[in-house]
Amino acid sequence: MRKALDPFLPVLGVIGLIALWYLAFWSRIVDPVLLPSPGDTFRAMYKGMAGGRLSFDFVKTVERTVISTLIAAGSAIPLGIFLGASQRLYRSVEFVIDFFRSTPASAMFPLFLVLFGVGNETKIAVAAFGAALVILFNVAYGVMNARKTRILAARVMGASRVQVLTGVVLLESMPQTFVGLRNGVSLALVIVVVAEMFIGSTDGLGHRVFEAQQLFNMPDMYAAIFAAGALGYGLNLLFLVAERYFVHWSGK
Amino acid sequence: MADGAVRTRLATEGVPSSAPSAAPTAPHVTVRGLTKRFGNASIYERFDLDIPRGKLISVFGPNGCGKSTLINIIAGLIPADAGEILFDGKPLRAIRFGYVFQNYREALFPWLRSIDNIEYPLKLMKQPKAERRARVEKLVAHLGVKIDLKRYPYEMSGGQQQLISIMRALVVEPEILFLDEPFSALDYEMTLFMREQLQRIFMETGTTTMLVSHDLEEAVYLADRILLLSRGPAQIADDVPFHAARPRADATLSEPDFITTKAHCLDVFQREVRRG
Ligand SMILES: Nc1ncnc2c1ncn2[C@@H]1O[C@H](COP(=O)(O)OP(=O)(O)OP(=O)(O)O)[C@@H](O)[C@H]1O
Ligand SMILES: [Mg+2]
Repeated sequence: MRKALDPFLPVLGVIGLIALWYLAFWSRIVDPVLLPSPGDTFRAMYKGMAGGRLSFDFVKTVERTVISTLIAAGSAIPLGIFLGASQRLYRSVEFVIDFFRSTPASAMFPLFLVLFGVGNETKIAVAAFGAALVILFNVAYGVMNARKTRILAARVMGASRVQVLTGVVLLESMPQTFVGLRNGVSLALVIVVVAEMFIGSTDGLGHRVFEAQQLFNMPDMYAAIFAAGALGYGLNLLFLVAERYFVHWSGK
Repeated sequence: MADGAVRTRLATEGVPSSAPSAAPTAPHVTVRGLTKRFGNASIYERFDLDIPRGKLISVFGPNGCGKSTLINIIAGLIPADAGEILFDGKPLRAIRFGYVFQNYREALFPWLRSIDNIEYPLKLMKQPKAERRARVEKLVAHLGVKIDLKRYPYEMSGGQQQLISIMRALVVEPEILFLDEPFSALDYEMTLFMREQLQRIFMETGTTTMLVSHDLEEAVYLADRILLLSRGPAQIADDVPFHAARPRADATLSEPDFITTKAHCLDVFQREVRRG
């Protein structure tokens, strides 16, 4: 009986949150202008996503996030493999990577604005830059931490250096690469949304949130926030499913 | 006396190191003047050893005396500082050999199905797919293995995984097989089962086998010869023959020959432990 309820446990939190929200709304603890009812918010979300302005902005943000992640992965994965294959090479650039990985990407906006102008390119470039460092770091570590025994096993069976790299090391690094991709895409989304809010934007979820707030259209603002949350969650889930498919041995 | 034992061995078997030949009495592997240091620690100092053909040699000795180092150097996993190791007079790269790691979890490739793990060394030898399949099927039939090889290693028990890594080592039809504590990560029941598997494999194939074991009973039970090593730098403390007929079984463990051989090995071992 108790076990049968287990699959529904995650729903409990959602119901609890909505109940709390209704409570706050009906009891007027929070100014109703700042906190619309859940009903109004979901209606705004439905209207916006079903062919409304919100769906357009949603697609724009997806586009930017996906493009910047693809650019980041396409450049950082090969470079990470190259750096990770030589411990000494990685050690020599480790500080630079760690430094820029720790630098808030938002601090780079002005620089990228000078480089790329106020268009789409700047948002994508900053997001790609941030994501690339995260992916690079994870790929390089995945390659460096490839199990010594496995490499030795392949070598003992007569594998050449190239065969060890392609047949063992790359596969060994895949779980860590997926960690990097998941963190990378999350960071890219954060950067894209922030960029959409502030640097001369006319579309995207960040712009939608900001504009709704400026117009004091709270249901629209919450709707856009939830859309952004759903997008982040969905992207993370997508990579988890992809990981389970491509790296079936991960954690086993 | 350790020296006496070594001299006896040299006297009875002879060491034709200058003229290696394929005659059945000639040693399969000759180790001459092996020297290995890790930092200041001298593990082997001008060490000599003959490994006879088609025999199973157990290597036994105190912790850290250099058992793994010895088979790793012979199998080419780590380089020697000096010395010469020849297989029928040929260097390692001219022969086929198999190596089984203690840690099967980290030695198998989890992204490959078990059958592809076993085929991996054949793939490196550029054998076509059909031939690889045929070789594996032959080996499976030969050993009487009843495991679903379509499964991934992580879907199998530890013993099954180690059996897969032993099959991966055997599929190339090695001239010599190295095993470094292959069963020490398995539970007792599985260890007993795997001992029988290894004995069967050895009887079926007659492959020269070098087994490192930390379990004296196992070392004696499986061996034609037990190589007892001493510590720092390692010497052959004794080289004990054990001639019980195969297949050996539980009854072997209570035979007088087994008991005296094991007691003798234990004596030598304890003397070496006290000394070092
Ligand atoms: N890569 C290494 N670097 C430094 N010292 C090492 C290295 N490998 C082994 N040693 C040392 O060399 C000695 C012999 O090691 P080895 O692993 O051959 O011992 P062993 O007889 O197999 O021991 P065990 O019974 O623990 O398996 C040990 O004292 C060990 O600490
Ligand atoms: Mg060892």
